[in-house]
Amino acid sequence: MVKLTIDNKPVEVAEGTTILKAARQAGINIPTLCYFELDGMKFENKPGGCRVCVVEVEGRKNLAPACATDVMEGMVVHTHNARVINARKTVVELMLSDHPNDCLQCSKSGDCELQTLAQKLGIREIPFKGEQSTYKKDRTLSVERDMDKCIMCRRCETMCNKIQSVGALSAVNRGFEAVVSPAFDQPLGESSCINCGQCVQVCPVGALSLVDNVSDVMRAIADPTKTVVVQTAPAVRVALGEEFGMEPGSIVTGKMAAALRRLGFNYVFDTDWSADLTIMEEGTELLGRIGKVLAGDKNAKLPIFTSCCPGWVSFYEKNFPDMLEYPSTAKSPQQMFGAVAKNYFAEKIGIKREDMVVVSIMPCLAKKSEAAREEFKVNGNPDVDFSLTTRELAHMIKQCNLNLNDMPSEDFDSPLGESTGAAVIFGATGGVMEAAVRTAYEVFTKKKLDNIDFEVLRGFDGVKTATVDFAGTPINVAVAYGLNNARIIMEEVRDGNPRGFHAVEVMACPGGCIGGAGQPYHHGDSSIIRKRMEATYREDAGKPIRKSHENPSIIAIYKEYFGEPCGHKSHELLHTHYFDRSKKIEKE
Amino acid sequence: MAKYKMHVLVCGGTGCKASQSAQIVENLKAALADNGLQDEVQVVTTGCFGFCEKGPIVKMMPDNTFYTQVKPEDARTIVEEHIIKGRKVTNLLYTDPETNEHVSDSKHMGFYKKQIRIALRNCGFIDPENIEESISRGGYEALGKCLTEMKPEDVIQEIKLSGLRGRGGGGFPTGVKWEIASKNHADQKYVVCNADEGDPGAFMDRSIMEGDPHCIIEAMAICGYAIGATKGLVYIRAEYPLAIDRLQIAIKQAREYGLLGQNIMGSGFDFDIELRYGAGAFVCGEETALIHSMEGQRGEPTFKPPFPAVSGYLGKPTNVNNVETFANIPVIITKGAEWFNKIGTEKSKGTKVFALAGQINNVGLIEVPMGITLREVIYEIGGGIKDGKEFKAVQTGGPSGGCLTKKHLDTPIDYDNLIAAGSMMGSGGMVVMDETSCMVSIAKFYLEFTCEESCGKCTPCRVGNKRLCEMLTKISKGNGTMEDLYELRNLAAVIKDTALCGLGQTSPNPVLSTLDNFWDEYVEHVVDKKCRAGVCKSLMSYEIDQSKCVGCTACARNCPVSAIKGDKKMPHTIDTAVCIKCGACIERCKFGAISIK
Amino acid sequence: MTKVKSLADLKAMREQFQSNLDVREKSNNQEEMVQIKVAMGTCGIASGAKQIMEYMMEKADGMKIRAVFIQTGCMGHCNAEPTIEVIVPGREPVVFGLVNNKKADEIFEKYIVNNEMVDGVIAINNEVADK
Repeated sequence: MVKLTIDNKPVEVAEGTTILKAARQAGINIPTLCYFELDGMKFENKPGGCRVCVVEVEGRKNLAPACATDVMEGMVVHTHNARVINARKTVVELMLSDHPNDCLQCSKSGDCELQTLAQKLGIREIPFKGEQSTYKKDRTLSVERDMDKCIMCRRCETMCNKIQSVGALSAVNRGFEAVVSPAFDQPLGESSCINCGQCVQVCPVGALSLVDNVSDVMRAIADPTKTVVVQTAPAVRVALGEEFGMEPGSIVTGKMAAALRRLGFNYVFDTDWSADLTIMEEGTELLGRIGKVLAGDKNAKLPIFTSCCPGWVSFYEKNFPDMLEYPSTAKSPQQMFGAVAKNYFAEKIGIKREDMVVVSIMPCLAKKSEAAREEFKVNGNPDVDFSLTTRELAHMIKQCNLNLNDMPSEDFDSPLGESTGAAVIFGATGGVMEAAVRTAYEVFTKKKLDNIDFEVLRGFDGVKTATVDFAGTPINVAVAYGLNNARIIMEEVRDGNPRGFHAVEVMACPGGCIGGAGQPYHHGDSSIIRKRMEATYREDAGKPIRKSHENPSIIAIYKEYFGEPCGHKSHELLHTHYFDRSKKIEKE
Repeated sequence: MAKYKMHVLVCGGTGCKASQSAQIVENLKAALADNGLQDEVQVVTTGCFGFCEKGPIVKMMPDNTFYTQVKPEDARTIVEEHIIKGRKVTNLLYTDPETNEHVSDSKHMGFYKKQIRIALRNCGFIDPENIEESISRGGYEALGKCLTEMKPEDVIQEIKLSGLRGRGGGGFPTGVKWEIASKNHADQKYVVCNADEGDPGAFMDRSIMEGDPHCIIEAMAICGYAIGATKGLVYIRAEYPLAIDRLQIAIKQAREYGLLGQNIMGSGFDFDIELRYGAGAFVCGEETALIHSMEGQRGEPTFKPPFPAVSGYLGKPTNVNNVETFANIPVIITKGAEWFNKIGTEKSKGTKVFALAGQINNVGLIEVPMGITLREVIYEIGGGIKDGKEFKAVQTGGPSGGCLTKKHLDTPIDYDNLIAAGSMMGSGGMVVMDETSCMVSIAKFYLEFTCEESCGKCTPCRVGNKRLCEMLTKISKGNGTMEDLYELRNLAAVIKDTALCGLGQTSPNPVLSTLDNFWDEYVEHVVDKKCRAGVCKSLMSYEIDQSKCVGCTACARNCPVSAIKGDKKMPHTIDTAVCIKCGACIERCKFGAISIK
Repeated sequence: MTKVKSLADLKAMREQFQSNLDVREKSNNQEEMVQIKVAMGTCGIASGAKQIMEYMMEKADGMKIRAVFIQTGCMGHCNAEPTIEVIVPGREPVVFGLVNNKKADEIFEKYIVNNEMVDGVIAINNEVADK
């Protein structure tokens, strides 16, 4: 243990602790900008670049960045004396001097860390006038870039490179001209970007934001010729409340359904329903492949990789085009829902698919680009017309003078609204695997699973592995989030799959969809994601049915429409195929 | 092999090469052959002699005649007059600016008199492309001594005792650095030579590598032995093609002689060296940035700790020293720490190489003992200010340093004194300025450099230096206010206090030191709107002396913006609002009627 | 080429190469050693100055006397060529005329080593010679 003094307070912390963390332990909150921590991945970003967290350490000739300086025995630290405040203020003033300061129109207003900091420091004027950086704006289907607002904290770069190993964004140029950009200034959409949006989630200012589709949806609702169907992803219900001042981890499923109805959606359905459908298809596919491999079929590949996460799908299409036969061909729940809605349901209510607008509420930015994929369109008409994020839904609710807190609790509509606990846990890392195991075990062994809580697959670790005993057949599974973790597993599989995995779940975002880029900003506070995770499992535990294959509505649709999982009809509507998209990266 | 009676040394440094010294060598050889003297006189291409102002240099040995500013066509004269007839070619001799007399022996030239050459001991003396010449000067003997007679800890102890401090600018004790690296255990460690010399006008390291590459190789191997590293990397900027060439030749020769590679001198110690090229970013001279650049990452610094000695190249313990630091190592080992320790001041031992530049008579590369005064360097070695003008300031330490004035002339030069005076040793740039230098413009010049070279990682350096530079521009344009001066000082102080790396932390030094030493000049710029040196164009105005003007209209006809009005044979006037201060009128006026105010 | 296999090897190699740099090494501190200036005008060369210089260089090597040999132009004693000027540190320069191998031996053995004057001195210094 190391003893030191921070702001005249004696503090005792473990060796190797930074001043920042020691101060937090002592209840002193030193402001930061470029710093953030992903404790599940044991990752701490402390480049010491923004210099907002500087503190005075007695005996040192210059100020020290609290985030990157380790404590030392007997250290005397001042976090708010005149020298420190002057320096911190000057640093923030410098940032503001190269910032558009258009807070009123900025999408990040109210959520902006720079704004909060400027307010906290009481900055009333910027003494430095001079040149401002201007860059051309850029957008993909999911992400908007306005680098005029960039303060070069480079959290996005860390997410893109270190966590996701996507390598689309990095700092280019020097000095005042330095900016985060794709290589050679190419548009982000033509880079190796996979639209996971984690850059947006960590951007402290409005430099990176989402492509906003609220008005598109409002227009569709206002159009009397359209039947507007909405589906909501599992992770949205445990996060939406935060936007309305509720505690992180509040479950707002019923209130959300009520709000959606009041917004004017004609049918309020649930992506959880199609998550159950996904388990039926993917689980059947897994068992099929295992059977084929056991029978010696050389063309059947193991492990099967989950395909629910569009960021991940895009990532392997771009980076592992030689391994396209590994992932499950099952569409993601969003797309399964869209396909069912525009075929089965449209037919059922007697309208043409062109007259139906399917909107999805997702915790995700990549879902916007997934919905726009050509293979998910029929004659140019997409299965999912618009994909909104949790944040956009919150804006929409506020825009329509509604308050989620005041909403009654209502149910989803039928028939695409019923779901099981297995579908709910899709929102957290490990959830898809757990849901799949719950079903696959019973289908494979024809026995009832006594304990359906697979604790070993839960939790915030970046990579989890487990062996599940399928009545004598050991099934090796792995769960990863963060695409760099996925890359490591992919490379391992490419090298012969030494650990003999049968199934691997991959989610691009920290903690799974609950940490998605469309969720309320967590500002690097991973305790928020943990609370969403707890809520997810709480919701699961509270469900009367917790196995996908026991969902009566799912059983019914197989009987009525699809016949059997992985059958002819489901191949047509519920499965997809993958493309080599590596060329696009090399194009420039 | 023929035993030559005479050696003709021709400087083959980058500067002299640019002035056709290679052609001089060719012509000398041809003229010697014509006279049948090719076996009696050896022509040697050496590294830099340092006296670049007077290059190309040709030195005759053994009589030590020093020919300056030699042209290729002089080669034949040298052969026919000096070599054959034994007569000195007087018009090629150096002329002492004070006595106006020819000086033939460089030892008697003011430029060389006060110099002590340790790091430059072989520069301008041996053929850098010939390892035999290095060996005959004792090259690799220090390495041999370490490997055969000393334990690694003895080597470190010797370097510690010598008091050698890093010559790249920081002045960190080299022995201590080695000791830290030696104590960190790892399967692989690295020795890195920082040859990313980036200060404007500085070429100390380049000259050493061009003139004596073997001493760097030897020193890196010694360091490798001391800290337990088997791999050496030289990070050298690609703009130094000649130095790269000579290093490559030297490394190849050293391998051939078994002085690099496996089991060096039968000691069981393995060491080899590779070159890594930098793209010339100034910030890559900072050791963490340098390491990132070598790893293929963006060349930008990271916060220390961890120091490279703990986690450096590829995460392994790495010792980074600058070229000049390495150049001192073999001598210290051979002659002993005690010998080295006697040179210099209490806390700064040995010598320092400076690139002397600016408004001074003898521009060039000098090596002087620590503790020499600025006055000795400027007036004795440098031969005083050009054109008899008045000394105003000397800038040391490059963009990280500051400007010192008359009151510092008698300060002994060492690490600590320079810092106390508001500047720093830096890597050894020394720019002398006379009364025609505007200190606001000088500060702006260095700031522009740092703005250009900032990596952009930390806010104070990326935005702060830009704003400092903009304020200086505002002041030099005559738009500054007293508030700006206070803001300038505050911002400069905050940048110094908060920037991430050495580049950022020292970048405001040119501003702070000029504010301290030339406050009046700043005030003149903002209050009186005057630039006493006549450098800031916006602060000048042109005036026609009505009594002298005869109305010849020459000025008016040549004014590109028609700012001059007046009738023929009547005194003219300049409309200062229109005038662009191009100076065309002054050039045309035959009557001296136009002046700058 | 042979590899350096030990420090002794390296030192031997240095010995071997050192003579190549002798001319340069000496020039740096010629004041501390015997300087022998050989007049190499046409007259001197015609009278065998080149040969005598080579002879004396070997002689100096043989006697392990650190001497530096400098060629100069005609010293003006064309009647007494080959002419050499010998400067022993701490003594006035002495010019010898009509130097042959025998005389050279004497100069080394008597004058340089023992400061015994030998015949054939033209003048004890240049000033006198110039008169």
